[in-house]
Amino acid sequence: MVDVPFGHVGTAPESDVGDVELYHPHSWVTKYVFSQDAKIIAIQYSITALAVGLIALILSWLMRLQLGFPGVFSFIDANAYYQLITMHGMMMVVYVLTALFLGGFGNYLIPLMIGARDMVFPYVNMLSFWTYLLAVLILVASFFAPGGPSGAGWTLYPPQAILSGTPGGQDWGIILMLVSLMVFIIGFTMGGLNYVVTVLQARARGMTLMRMPLTVWGIFTASFMALLAFPALFVGAVMMLFDRALGTSFFMPSIVEMGQVLERSGGSPLLFQHLFWFFGHPEVYIVALPAFGIVSDLISTHARRNIFGYRMMVWALLAIGALSFVVWAHHMYVSGMNPYFGFFFATTTLIIAIPTAIKVYNWILTLWRGDIHLNVPMLFALAFIVTFVNGGLTGLFLGNVVVDVPLSDTMFVVAHFHMVMGVAPILVIFGAIYHWYPKMTGRMLNDALGKLHFWVTFLGSYAIFFPMHYLGLMGVPRRYHEIGDMAFVPASAHTLNAFISVVALIVGAAQLIFVFNLVWSLRSGRPAGGNPWRATTLEWQTPETPPPHGNWGKQMPVVYRWAYDYSVPGAAEDFLPQNQPSAHPAPGTSHG
Amino acid sequence: MGSILIFMGALLAIGMWWLARQGIMTKPWLEQGIAATYVPTRSNPPAVARTGLRVFLAVVGSLFALFISAYAIRMQMPDWRDVPLPNVLWLNTGMLVLSSIALHEAGKSARRGEEEVLKLGLLAAGATALAFLSGQILAWRQLTADGYLLTSNSANAFFYVLTGAHGLHVIGGLVALGRTIARTWRGVPPERLRVSVGLCATYWHFLLFVWLLLLSILTGWAGTFIDICRQALS
Amino acid sequence: MAVALILVLIAAGSVAFHLVSPWWWTPIASNWGYIDSTIIITFWITGAVFVAIVLFTAYCVYRFRHQPGRQAHYEPESKRLEMWLTIVTGVGVAAMLTPGLFVWGQFITVPEDATDIEILGQQWQWSFRLPGPDGQLGLTDTRLVSPDNPLGLSREDPKAQDDVIVEGGELRLPVGKPIKALLRSVDVIHNFYVPEMRAKMDLVPGQVSYIWFTPTRTGTFEILCAELCGVGHSHMRGTVVVQEQSDYQAWLQDQQARSFARLAPAAQ
Ligand code: HEM
Ligand SMILES: [Cu+2]
Ligand SMILES: [Cu+2]
Repeated sequence: MVDVPFGHVGTAPESDVGDVELYHPHSWVTKYVFSQDAKIIAIQYSITALAVGLIALILSWLMRLQLGFPGVFSFIDANAYYQLITMHGMMMVVYVLTALFLGGFGNYLIPLMIGARDMVFPYVNMLSFWTYLLAVLILVASFFAPGGPSGAGWTLYPPQAILSGTPGGQDWGIILMLVSLMVFIIGFTMGGLNYVVTVLQARARGMTLMRMPLTVWGIFTASFMALLAFPALFVGAVMMLFDRALGTSFFMPSIVEMGQVLERSGGSPLLFQHLFWFFGHPEVYIVALPAFGIVSDLISTHARRNIFGYRMMVWALLAIGALSFVVWAHHMYVSGMNPYFGFFFATTTLIIAIPTAIKVYNWILTLWRGDIHLNVPMLFALAFIVTFVNGGLTGLFLGNVVVDVPLSDTMFVVAHFHMVMGVAPILVIFGAIYHWYPKMTGRMLNDALGKLHFWVTFLGSYAIFFPMHYLGLMGVPRRYHEIGDMAFVPASAHTLNAFISVVALIVGAAQLIFVFNLVWSLRSGRPAGGNPWRATTLEWQTPETPPPHGNWGKQMPVVYRWAYDYSVPGAAEDFLPQNQPSAHPAPGTSHG
Repeated sequence: MGSILIFMGALLAIGMWWLARQGIMTKPWLEQGIAATYVPTRSNPPAVARTGLRVFLAVVGSLFALFISAYAIRMQMPDWRDVPLPNVLWLNTGMLVLSSIALHEAGKSARRGEEEVLKLGLLAAGATALAFLSGQILAWRQLTADGYLLTSNSANAFFYVLTGAHGLHVIGGLVALGRTIARTWRGVPPERLRVSVGLCATYWHFLLFVWLLLLSILTGWAGTFIDICRQALS
Repeated sequence: MAVALILVLIAAGSVAFHLVSPWWWTPIASNWGYIDSTIIITFWITGAVFVAIVLFTAYCVYRFRHQPGRQAHYEPESKRLEMWLTIVTGVGVAAMLTPGLFVWGQFITVPEDATDIEILGQQWQWSFRLPGPDGQLGLTDTRLVSPDNPLGLSREDPKAQDDVIVEGGELRLPVGKPIKALLRSVDVIHNFYVPEMRAKMDLVPGQVSYIWFTPTRTGTFEILCAELCGVGHSHMRGTVVVQEQSDYQAWLQDQQARSFARLAPAAQ
């Protein structure tokens, strides 16, 4: 190891600080409403996304009530049920998880973690949030439109999505859905450009790519993927909107709708599926990669140990990002596409399992011989490992083309994707909020409430989704308003369904603990100080907490080491901040 | 989905080349201080804007690659009837080429600090781009008049959608160009406009390239070319 | 301590649930036993990995929990360990993929002697068409669909004249004979799914897809629609009745007589 002696304060000489023109808010409105500060935008994104998440959660309650106690709640008829799953699925995947990870955590953490003052295009960043909000409003408006929201499933497959047999198909529902998605994509593109270009261009002095925390790597890769993948959904949405509103036949073959031959011909429903999944599969990883990154940092910080195999972690992230663009048709094994594609896509899909598995190994090898502090964020990280491994492994069933045949479109699939892209990333989001809340507000979240919230959420979600696989294995299809009487479904399965529903209600209600904690701790939480977790990364080294506009005050940080110098042998403390020049700070100097 | 995969492959190659230069194989825990592999990031605004534009072009590229993929899949359905392209498209193509050249020249004069030539170049670029757009609308009207309606065949629908998407991007570019022109008239010296003019020029060249690609597909040349390649291979 | 214990309980509980739960696949009624075998292989491999990872995590949480004076071990990476883990994972993945692809090859290769039948989906019911004495199915076109021609049969095609049409959702099949089902839809995408047959495939309007299987035991099985097709999706049911060859032939004769009678006036 070479120890380059440098001045003892980790800040750049005045001359090295690029004079980036900072936007300065002048009034309350420009400071908190039309703000161009990434941290405020992050909070706006997060609060909006969490609110949408709460709506989507309530929708899932209604669905579970219907599935667990069919017929009892007569207002949830088939129409309503399909509208519920559609809105729940679309909201959760796009408007909650994508927005929260990239718009929320991306905005908050990227500039702080790489030592920048702000995003590189603050104005565009602000527009991004307001465009996102508009998209949310359009989506929510469809609840109140004539005919209600679309009930086409979150996959929106034509022709049914735009025909009268589907709720919202010939009313406003599908139109509002498509328009909202297009607006969302435009808004995301503005944000995504910021996240990517900021990482590329605004890193602090000394912050090489390989010194970046994995959180930044994860968000960066995911943003890039999202920029390239969302256009596929955009193209699909434009073409479907034409089909629905102007009568073209992009996706519409000759169709007999309710006895009437329609004026359409030749269109290809499978074309839409290709476009949708070209977006949809990377989307899964757009949600997963930031979670991977964040969980790596949570584990490393709270186990006081460098992340094991950092380089492998970075390469694996990149490999997963690239490979995820060539697996899309594993969602289409039984779609009637050319069956020979199955060989190719099954192979690519199972190959992705390898870098993913490496990531899991490295997380648990980081725990091994660590010094594990079971703080609330660490608990969530551990729960993530369990649920993600569970969901990842069932992915090997569904990716392996012939095994997918009996399982596809059953509750097995529902259980699988909830485990892997529902529960697991949400657990990371909770962990991340417990971890960074002190930086955002200067106060700790309440620990006891946090633990209560954790155990109910983790064990509850596992109890909801683990048994559900077996319903699917038995053959219960997904998107069924009611199972009704199927000869092969024993009565005990209905009991199981009722059990799942009850647990879902409990888990949902437990989220109120979390909301309460967020609000209560804002004023009454224990003061956190600048670096309560004794972490190495730059966001914990800001001169003030919460960081003010511009983040770093007068002097920009300089980076001397990678993000994972925990428990370095011989060092004075068990962590060395990235901006600390030497392992043995001269007495009297501070490192933030 | 061939065209989008080719596009992604190209991006992947660029990405790998770039990452390799950034020391992706180094062991960061062995280096302390300002690392040997540290490539200073240029966070001065011109570099930021240029990177921003490049990433944006990757997004637009992906959009058009996907449109083209969709076109290629849909055109294999038996109901497909090619659209006879209106002749005015060739004139439009010429206009767009002129527009690109004008902006290129404007970029050069901005670097040399020749204010008059710069103004002329920018105006010419704007005027030819407007001419391109009007020509495109003319083409639409001709097609509709000849009965090639949006709904009557998907080939027609694709023609309108592809040219429309491209046209919208040109309009977006015109907004940026208009703002640059306004700044020259407000007396901003050419040197300070170098970056904006350069960005406009890059964007214009890109849109020209996309247009030529679309044209080769709408005329069927791309299809013929691919068939020839296929035959040569087999 | 408690955390480690709960992790162990999760691993043990999941395995126990798997072993004792009354919810398991339906007894198979087709030749696709290989699919079940592939699932079993996958269960073994993934189950072992799941248990190993959760138990290892539990062990770490217990063994390396924070105690005064503990310091974590500083070790950025271990090439050898990572390489071995990669190789072992690769082997595990190959062990699942290889049989999977092998069986998929069979799944999409229809045997020569398979009988063609047609399964047609529309919102929200199943119809079936069996070839008449000529053993062949006639042409169809969605644009010909009308109340008296619900499947859109071509009146010009002689092969279509003797086709046996079954509306209302009961498909009969002879046991032990490979069946190639041609799948067609006149409105939206549906999916033909019989849990006991393990087979499943979408019916896509504008194209014909197929699956093949051989019923291996007699009985009555439910047909479900497994692709969201509108509000009636969960009510789109049908039945497959698998019969002995002789019973089946008797039924078929009867149907043919009836469908001739029905088609004759319309054909004029
Ligand atoms: C405890 C929380 C949750 C519960 C109880 C729940 C419940 C459900 C239920 C009952 C369905 C419909 C199943 C069917 O009939 O096919 C569903 C669908 C879905 N859920 Fe969740 N969900 C939860 C959280 C999430 C999260 C966090 C995500 C984010 C990825 C998510 C994404 C989806 C998607 C994409 C669908 C599919 C919608 C469709 O079939 O079109 N859910 N969920
Ligand atoms: Cu996927
Ligand atoms: Cu259905």
